[in-house]
Amino acid sequence: MRRTFKAAMGAEVAALALLAGLASAQAGSLKIESWRNDDADIWNSKIIPAFNKHYPDIKVEFAPSAPKEYNAALNARLDGGTAGDLITCRPFDASLALYQKHQLDAVDGLKGMDNFSDVAKAAWQTDDGKTTFCVPIASVIAGFIYNKEAFAKVGVSEPKTLEEFHAVLEKFKKDGTYVPLVMGTADQWEAATMGFQNIGPDYWKGETGRANLIAGKEKLTDPQYVAAFKEIASWAPYLGSGFQAQTYADSQNLFSLGKGAIYAAGSWDISTFRGQAKFAMGAFPPPQPAGTTDCYISDHTDIAMGVNAASKNKEDAKKFLEWLTTPEFATIYANSLPGFFSLAKTPVKVEDDVAATMVGWRQNCKSTIRNSYQILSRGTPNLENELWNVSAQVVNGKLTPDAAGKQLQDGLDKWYKPAK
Amino acid sequence: MPESVSNITAQMPRAKLAGLLLFFLGPAVAIYTLFSIYPLVATMALSTYTSDPSGARYFVGLANFETLLGDALWSKPFWNAFGNNLIFFAVHMCVQNPIGIALAGLLSLPGLRLKGFYRTVMFLPTMLSVVIVGFSWNLILSPLWGVASGALKAVGLGSLFAPWLGLESSALVTLSLISVWQFVGIPMMLIYAALLNIPEELIDAARVDGLGHFRIFFHIKLPLVLPTISLVSVLTFVANFNAFDLIYSVKGALAGPNFATDILGTFFYRTFFGNQLQLGNPTMGSAVATVMFFIILLGLCLYLFLVQRRVRRYAF
Repeated sequence: MRRTFKAAMGAEVAALALLAGLASAQAGSLKIESWRNDDADIWNSKIIPAFNKHYPDIKVEFAPSAPKEYNAALNARLDGGTAGDLITCRPFDASLALYQKHQLDAVDGLKGMDNFSDVAKAAWQTDDGKTTFCVPIASVIAGFIYNKEAFAKVGVSEPKTLEEFHAVLEKFKKDGTYVPLVMGTADQWEAATMGFQNIGPDYWKGETGRANLIAGKEKLTDPQYVAAFKEIASWAPYLGSGFQAQTYADSQNLFSLGKGAIYAAGSWDISTFRGQAKFAMGAFPPPQPAGTTDCYISDHTDIAMGVNAASKNKEDAKKFLEWLTTPEFATIYANSLPGFFSLAKTPVKVEDDVAATMVGWRQNCKSTIRNSYQILSRGTPNLENELWNVSAQVVNGKLTPDAAGKQLQDGLDKWYKPAK
Repeated sequence: MPESVSNITAQMPRAKLAGLLLFFLGPAVAIYTLFSIYPLVATMALSTYTSDPSGARYFVGLANFETLLGDALWSKPFWNAFGNNLIFFAVHMCVQNPIGIALAGLLSLPGLRLKGFYRTVMFLPTMLSVVIVGFSWNLILSPLWGVASGALKAVGLGSLFAPWLGLESSALVTLSLISVWQFVGIPMMLIYAALLNIPEELIDAARVDGLGHFRIFFHIKLPLVLPTISLVSVLTFVANFNAFDLIYSVKGALAGPNFATDILGTFFYRTFFGNQLQLGNPTMGSAVATVMFFIILLGLCLYLFLVQRRVRRYAF
């Protein structure tokens, strides 16, 4: 069955190649499905024209949907056979499911795939790591962005350790001009993604802890995870008043209006702040807990692109994907969208100073992806949903760090049996 | 007069009558079947299937419902959403409808000036997009830059202010009240229309008998509009148990904090379409939708058999 399927696919590809060869004089066209509607302008004015310099005959259309609706809309279009030729891939299970339903093709054979490390590809591979189905585009890094003017005014410098971090926060609180730490819990994911996953990797040693969690050798009730929850619980006194009802947009505005000192950040915030903030900004990596020497950062693989298995123009789609692996694309992408960092091995020069600082952490610190993303959010209850919920509650002071770890582990134990 | 119509139809040839029926009822039946009955039946059918990773679907009978109501992983969030939905409904019944009745009563007072203006203003929020309503109230109640805390401080009640939308204890009631603010125009309009239908002679007779506005309202007008009030209650029930958009636009699909604002609509959305890393599960989602349908159906039956039959109607 499998074999005949593959053979049929082969025949189809060959036929398409023939057709493409015959029709090479005629312009091919490609449609890109994406959730990055914020970036439509950059795709249309920079990326696609750059691609067309090499392939003037291929007409590329960037057709994004709203981020919240993307997965549902894409699935409906794939099932109905009306989806575009190129699919922007969410990391891990959402895209894996598409590959398993034979809606995405494998991309292992593409030229340039060796330009990506295994960690970069992990988010778009089968569990055994043997097949990759999307070309990695970018990752996002978590850390802290700060207001340089506020730091100069209060007379503090970038904290290296958690102890220094707390001293800085305390100083800002005493001073009273600025909200010491900008983070809200109304949207819940801020507490999980920019809180727990941001400072956590130093506690669980990045990829080591993540792999152990998947292997069942560590539990979320272990001291390193509870300690990470204890740390975010201790932030509550330094957050803005009424942070329980502070949404993500509130946080962004609070910081870009110059009212906050430190912002628990994802690198994707940089372009928003560049447009709005009138003050100089800096960034520091998650401060280290006492007694640790190695540093780890959440360098999360976030965007990739694959080929719709039902596409009628796979030849051109593959040309486009191969171009995505080139340093030319990486440079355009990283510089038009500061904060989205290329996953290619070839280093890319980033002009934006805050973005350059953040990507520079990769030199000294080890990268890791969010530990709830691979495999562990596959069952019910969903670990990522649970993590949003308990992280927000821990910061709100409604749940103790121990109880948070227990709730997560209990939920995981209900469906997840690690491979022995 | 009705007799003559049925006489005409009785004398008509069968074929002609059938053609006439088809002509008048056909379009409505076709559209209703296509856009209401078919999706409903399709949803129920889908709820008896399950799918595997490759996307193939298998018939499983009532297994989805057993999981939904029997497995604590599903039944706990389901009953939590159901309970929250009951609170959401209760707030509407206790706040929205009495206020709607009172506003209608005030509007129908004889001699009130600028009636049209008040009516329009009070109905305006109903016509606003729910996203705008959610966004505005988010800003009004924001502890950072909302006017609510400033307004309370100005009257010396600043200590009463809290980040209501973010607290487990108050988020649901706050959202219910926002929804009440938005939709209070509907009971007001319906009841106002019913009040206008009451013949002037009845009111005049009461006034001659020496009754004031207040007693006229409670003893004459209110009993006469009871059928409309019970209709409004049923509309509220159906709308509340289908509600989704306000919660989703203010709190997102995860309806926090700690699922305190999760209602059946958001629970259904998460199950059917997924959230962040949770993949959508259309078959289980259909089971949730089917249960929601039966909850509403049950509520409507109770209303029809227990309330509707006892409501007395007056013909003028």
